[in-house]
Amino acid sequence: MTSAEQRFGSGAEVAAALRTVDYLPDDKVATVTYLAGCLGKPVLVEGPAGTGKTELAKSVAKATGRRLIRLQCYEGLDEAKALYEWDYRKQLLAIQLHGTGAESGIFGEDFLLTRPLLEAIRADDPVVLLVDEVDRLDVEAEALLLEVLSDYQVSVPELGTVTARQVPLVFLTSNASRELSEALKRRCLYLFLGYPGVEREQEIILARVPDITADLAAQVAQVIASLRLLDLKKKPSVSETLDWARTLLLLGTDLVDSELIEATLPVLLKHQADIELAVAKLVTPSRQGTQGK
Amino acid sequence: MINAVAGLVGELRQAGIPVSLADHVDAVAALRFVSLAERAEVKAALGAALVKDAGHEAAYSKIFDLYFGLRAASADEAAGRDGPPGQESPDDGESPSGPGPGPSGNGTGYGFGGAPSMLSRVDDAELQEMLLEGLRENQAKWLRMLAQEVVTRYAGIVPGRAVAGTYYLFRTLRAIKSDSLAVQLVATAPGPPPSGELARLLLKEDYERRVAEFQQEVEAEIRRRMVADRGAADVARTLRTPLPEDAEFLTASAAQIGQLRTIVAPLARKLAAGLAARHRGRREGALDFRRTVRESMSTGGVPMEPVFRPPRPAKPELVILADISGSVSTFAEFTLHLTFALRAEFTRVRSFVFVDVADEVTDILAAAPDITAATGEINARGCGVWLDGHSDYGNAFRTFAEQHVASLRSRTTVVVLGDARANYRASGAAALRAVARRSGHLFWLNPEPSAAWDSGDSVMREYTPYCDAVVECRSVRQLRAFIERLP
Repeated sequence: MTSAEQRFGSGAEVAAALRTVDYLPDDKVATVTYLAGCLGKPVLVEGPAGTGKTELAKSVAKATGRRLIRLQCYEGLDEAKALYEWDYRKQLLAIQLHGTGAESGIFGEDFLLTRPLLEAIRADDPVVLLVDEVDRLDVEAEALLLEVLSDYQVSVPELGTVTARQVPLVFLTSNASRELSEALKRRCLYLFLGYPGVEREQEIILARVPDITADLAAQVAQVIASLRLLDLKKKPSVSETLDWARTLLLLGTDLVDSELIEATLPVLLKHQADIELAVAKLVTPSRQGTQGK
Repeated sequence: MINAVAGLVGELRQAGIPVSLADHVDAVAALRFVSLAERAEVKAALGAALVKDAGHEAAYSKIFDLYFGLRAASADEAAGRDGPPGQESPDDGESPSGPGPGPSGNGTGYGFGGAPSMLSRVDDAELQEMLLEGLRENQAKWLRMLAQEVVTRYAGIVPGRAVAGTYYLFRTLRAIKSDSLAVQLVATAPGPPPSGELARLLLKEDYERRVAEFQQEVEAEIRRRMVADRGAADVARTLRTPLPEDAEFLTASAAQIGQLRTIVAPLARKLAAGLAARHRGRREGALDFRRTVRESMSTGGVPMEPVFRPPRPAKPELVILADISGSVSTFAEFTLHLTFALRAEFTRVRSFVFVDVADEVTDILAAAPDITAATGEINARGCGVWLDGHSDYGNAFRTFAEQHVASLRSRTTVVVLGDARANYRASGAAALRAVARRSGHLFWLNPEPSAAWDSGDSVMREYTPYCDAVVECRSVRQLRAFIERLP
């Protein structure tokens, strides 16, 4: 269980490392990621969709050179898909081959199919474990994670307990669509990822959209900030912002005006009611302004 | 430091944020790894360990600033005074000892180092001018100094008074005319005037953000001084405000009800899951072939015991009967939010509102793009009002039972939201009994404290026998507790 050589020296180092892979963390993200490594605790990342929760885990993996193991959660996920499963086809074959006296031999490593959680525990190389959208799990299935998250071990009844050779960096993401259990929260450090401020969003655009000018990025960030002030069903996320910036770049504009916004709004907003609200705020006043002149 | 953390944890618990012992231990452990001189790092580290709910972050931030803000601020000042002026914050761009970014235009040349004393000599009009310039340049350090100066000058803090400081803030903001700052900034913006409405709008919002940040700076400064005067624990006590989930429906402000919306959506899902679990029968689903074969491994490949899939939970039907009379108006707004959120979770939600007659509003809620439009439509049509617009539970239940009881089934859950204040009219308990008989479950959520039930014109007692449960539901916390008890 050594991960000392992988450990960062400070939050600033984490920030610097993440910046090299074009992920721009704020101080909070950097500090919490750094602490996760120091304390050996998982990080529960919560926030609205598209603010870079999954991207954070991916970027940490990329920046540290660790392998990323991902467990996508969904309703009905059970231990056979999250932890481990016995390869029953192989077991059947073994029984047929050796006759019925072979039962004792069929619960060995050879017949074990590792699923993401067990794989992360058994890995020899340092890994990042990403448990994505943990809020989609059923309440009962959440308990599957507890042993892994607190002690970094998995108990397989037939084999005994498998303990981690090295402590993986664990990120859990959640859209807060339901309250997670206290037991799970207690085992994690908590990190809330909200929408970035104007300046940081501009930086993100500059880092993620090559060839964009600082001026256009600033305009994009300002329009997005203005849209987020509205009472929308779904506010534009960072990933949608980036899509929009790329769209504008493809269209070859260097000035964001109201006609362009109206034409490209569907990239940002996915509800008709939202689009109408946005048009009423950003497009209609200027149209009336020009008619007035 | 450990004592300071303990004080912080104590106050967080007082404010209603659950902090377990394990969280507390983690927080102290985390402090070993961060540099204690960096306030932001300490804040992030303690926050990650102590606060596990996005809705609590604002409260945490406020309390942290009380307990750790003072020390950091005075350290800043000390550094500013002692250190050679040219060496701090090289990333600042402008040399702090040179002319300040704003005043440089005036040619008077205020140095950063001597700013507090220099600023105190400036007259009010000039200070206002410097403030505008400062906001335009948006230099955090300079703005903080200005905030300190305006608080000294205008807040009129009286030492030792046990107040929350809102009046000080009000006085300061009024003196600097903070309402019109953004407009002034737009009017006097340098460079060519913005072309078109869009650019003007964006510019205005940009300045509004800066003004809002400055207001926060002023508020923080006032709190800092109050803490210096009275100590963190005392200020925290006067500042204590309920968390969003503890806000009482009947007395909540519109802003508080607005905050509840984000909390309500997951609750609706949970309520649906809870009710679905109640409806789950004993019947098992189809044979799970894979698991049957897998289980057979321990019996040498002979399938001894078949394994079945769990049955698919039936989506329950929900009927909501909401009192929207004046006495429960804020609660009614909340119930409409809840109803709106519930529509997504249930196969069928039928919503009724009543004051003195029950009217179905399912279609209005379905057609409206958002809750505000729905509320407007309900008010415009005068839904729920039959005669005089005074509560009449008797008539409301009677009309509901007459028209809709036939459509109720054993899979239906009826939820009544109301204070059971029948206005000294007939209670209509018999009609409610008919409803309870036809439906699977009947729950009553009452926004009044249970001590007030059956006092005055409240006739809660008459309805109770027909309800599966009558629950006091004054805040989201209580609603959540009710939902958690469901299965």
